[in-house]
Amino acid sequence: MSDIKKKTNRRDFLKLMGGGAVASAATFSGCNANSLSRGGTSLNEIPTDSMSYRNANSTGNKVSVLGYGCMRWPLLPTPKADGNVIDQEAVNELIDYAIKHGVNYFDTSPVYVQGFSEGATGIALKRHPRDKFMIATKLSNFSPETWSREASLKMYHNSFEKLQVEYIDYMLLHGIGMGGMDALNGRYINNGMLDFLVEERESGRIRNLGFSYHGDISVFDYLLSMHDEIKWDFVQIQLNYVDWHHAKEVNQRNTNAEYLIGELSKRDIQAVIMEPLLGGRLAKLPDYLAGKLKQQEPDKSVASWAFRYAGSFDNVLTVLSGMTYMEHLQDNLRSYAPLQRLTNEEFELLYDTATKMIEYPLIACTSCQYCMPCPYGIDIPSVFQHYNRCVCEDNYPSDNQDINYTEARRAFLIGYDRSVPKLRQANHCIGCDQCSHHCPQAIKIPQELMRIDNYVERLKQDKT
Amino acid sequence: MKINRLRQIRRITATFFIVAMTLLFLDFTGTLHGWMGWMAKIQFLPAVMAINTGIIISLIVITLLFGRVYCSVICPLGIFQDIISRINKKKNRFKYSKSILWLRYTTLAMLLIAFFAGMGSIVALLDPYSAFGRIISNIFAPIYQCGNNLLAYLAERADSYAFYEKEIWMKSLGTFAIASVTLIVLIVLAIKGGRAYCNTICPVGTLLGTLSRYSIYKIRIDESRCNGCGLCARNCKAACINSKNHSIDYSECVACFNCIDKCNKGALRYERSVKKEIAHERVDSSRRTMLTFAGSMIAASAVKAQESKMDGGLAFIEDKKIPKRNTAIVPPGAYSIRNFTRRCTGCQLCVSVCPNQVLRPSTGLSTFLQPEVSYERGYCRPECTKCSEVCPAGAILPISQADKSSTQIGHAVWIEKNCVIITDDVSCGNCARHCPTGAITMIEVNPDSLESKTIPIVNTERCIGCGACENLCPSRPFSAIYVEGHNMHKTV
Repeated sequence: MSDIKKKTNRRDFLKLMGGGAVASAATFSGCNANSLSRGGTSLNEIPTDSMSYRNANSTGNKVSVLGYGCMRWPLLPTPKADGNVIDQEAVNELIDYAIKHGVNYFDTSPVYVQGFSEGATGIALKRHPRDKFMIATKLSNFSPETWSREASLKMYHNSFEKLQVEYIDYMLLHGIGMGGMDALNGRYINNGMLDFLVEERESGRIRNLGFSYHGDISVFDYLLSMHDEIKWDFVQIQLNYVDWHHAKEVNQRNTNAEYLIGELSKRDIQAVIMEPLLGGRLAKLPDYLAGKLKQQEPDKSVASWAFRYAGSFDNVLTVLSGMTYMEHLQDNLRSYAPLQRLTNEEFELLYDTATKMIEYPLIACTSCQYCMPCPYGIDIPSVFQHYNRCVCEDNYPSDNQDINYTEARRAFLIGYDRSVPKLRQANHCIGCDQCSHHCPQAIKIPQELMRIDNYVERLKQDKT
Repeated sequence: MKINRLRQIRRITATFFIVAMTLLFLDFTGTLHGWMGWMAKIQFLPAVMAINTGIIISLIVITLLFGRVYCSVICPLGIFQDIISRINKKKNRFKYSKSILWLRYTTLAMLLIAFFAGMGSIVALLDPYSAFGRIISNIFAPIYQCGNNLLAYLAERADSYAFYEKEIWMKSLGTFAIASVTLIVLIVLAIKGGRAYCNTICPVGTLLGTLSRYSIYKIRIDESRCNGCGLCARNCKAACINSKNHSIDYSECVACFNCIDKCNKGALRYERSVKKEIAHERVDSSRRTMLTFAGSMIAASAVKAQESKMDGGLAFIEDKKIPKRNTAIVPPGAYSIRNFTRRCTGCQLCVSVCPNQVLRPSTGLSTFLQPEVSYERGYCRPECTKCSEVCPAGAILPISQADKSSTQIGHAVWIEKNCVIITDDVSCGNCARHCPTGAITMIEVNPDSLESKTIPIVNTERCIGCGACENLCPSRPFSAIYVEGHNMHKTV
């Protein structure tokens, strides 16, 4: 209780201080990568009965607008004997809390969290009645070794076992568009897996069939052209206020969310939204931009804007968020219980924020870990996170004449050693490029690592 | 009660020196060296090694004027013994003992022979200042760094960049063992017999002792006042007062001035010649507070914090092993291995200040205790000239960043069978990419094919041997490119 009181006082304090103080408060919250709290959020009681729901066109099920992404479960400090890295107790706690507050959509995959996500999610959900939750998982046969029908079937059946369920509510072809048409044909068409999944839907073991899309737009268009035949129940796309108009600037290979959702609406297919925060980057806006949002809503988190944005589209079924910490879950519940749709002015503010944001030299990494493990031991996402954090926090001096050069240099270099062990830093990248094709954001990983390495080298030599 | 001013001056100066010298070895950021670096440079043996004539002459003149004040206020090992000696609270615990001349002169002779024969490791072993350096850098520095790392941990939690973590590692087991043995021997000797080490083993003590016999200012006993009670002798940590004969062995007296107050009769004076006495009141100094130095020993526990970074999806990284180098590498500024081994007194000051974890004490027999360069943990970075700034002995002479980056201390050698291009069938080129002088180029194995893999070719004329390639080579535990040292450094 005392904790709640403390936070409330802080909110009151912010109100008293007015705009100027608010902007400075935002400096603490806007870019704070490591801090658990997204800051500035009022800690009043979260209602358990106010979650906003959408009706699924296919089944008529009520789906919570907040969907739980199971890709970023909390990890143990050291893995268990069987290699399991997930902190099961923490997962149970998060899922219990989410279900209690009305979340009923859980999205996982056989490859998430080094393959341990389905198992951990299954264990936690097993403790709840089956009608309280819906499960989405994917056929994640990315590796060419799993393209065969046998290996794909094995992966499919394994998901039922891991999740401990008789049927799967939402089944997805995973990461369509990565690897272009060749990968689509290899993974789903030639081996008959797509036909198989359609049959499974008829038999009721799958309730909804859809796909998640990244990358090559021709594959997206192709699959939608099959809609009359297959009847996609839903499609999972990346949507956020940056990707709306600027998807290409963030990632050459991506397509504006405006087009994607338009195509889905035409066919009356509902969208499941992934990356509403652009991998957390919209929770860690550059200080200046975070301050602008805070001016509008001092006691709402920066992240809440992105969630309200994604939820404001009629065609959206649910918005996924990979919530590692209770604070994230609570913050998101506040955004959606109930959802307050954005006004036109607020839409404009966010598009304006997006336009300004792409001016910052940020790297589009969402920390999805698909590129990992790097065979040479580099912690790729951590390097990018550190870099982005420094850019956001204005600890990215371009010149040694910068006013804050000395402090910024120190923060960048010391922070680098803290965030990434020396042996896992960018200077150990040999450019073998085994990572890039795993990246859903199409980041040219070796090039970016070398760019960061050169920058670090200049800072170290004080030549910036 | 009149306080003995000489003793007070001695104690203040000594405290200043030992605190500063200790910090000099503990401060891994190198910021103190700008202020305190001169203190290492006025140490006797390092000054001799550096042929720093001005300092040698000054020290000799000071000794001829005032006796072995060097031993009581400048030599950190001497002051260190005085501090340890205070652990023994027993009053009047010393007694006169005759100087063991053969031992003193044997060690001095050993030092001289080693010096002229260029056996640096023997000099390093005997030099008191270096022994102090080894003790601090091997035994106290890790404790200090644990404290620092605790602060760094807290700073990280507080989002502050005031402190950063320092990796603690065993640089050389042999040197650590020598430092530990030296420390134990010193503790035993100092607690039992005060300055016994200085007057039996220390060659600098012997050398200065020989001079101090003839010093102008001395402690003198006024025989007319002395009643031969022996109180002074029982309080003389140098065990040099023979109260029965009313004589003092001036080769052993370290000019601490403790005896002056001890004498009830005022028979002891520090003066040019025997003068008429002025009665001095007795000052009881036995209850002076201990120096707070011991406080630094009670630091945080020495457990190295586990890396808190999640390790789930990360490939295991094997530690690098030291390759066999036919010729050792010595840092830029050393000019040649011969100059380096001749002058280095093994004080570890450069080792403790090296921010790239490149320097560590050698394990070679002839260069034992003297540092050498290796690149398993880092490489000799272009912007750093720390070791050359701090070396008091002239083993590493001051060198500018520009000169350093054109000084060839070795050259890189490619080992085909280790290279990931061969073993992992990938393209790499990390060595070429990080070479600060552009000495490595990647060339096609098959010049006719555009798809051909590229292998590193070292231009030994441009290579300066900094070890960036060796350190950043992905091949483990042995790098596919390593640096072979040069006997004589040259400018490229």
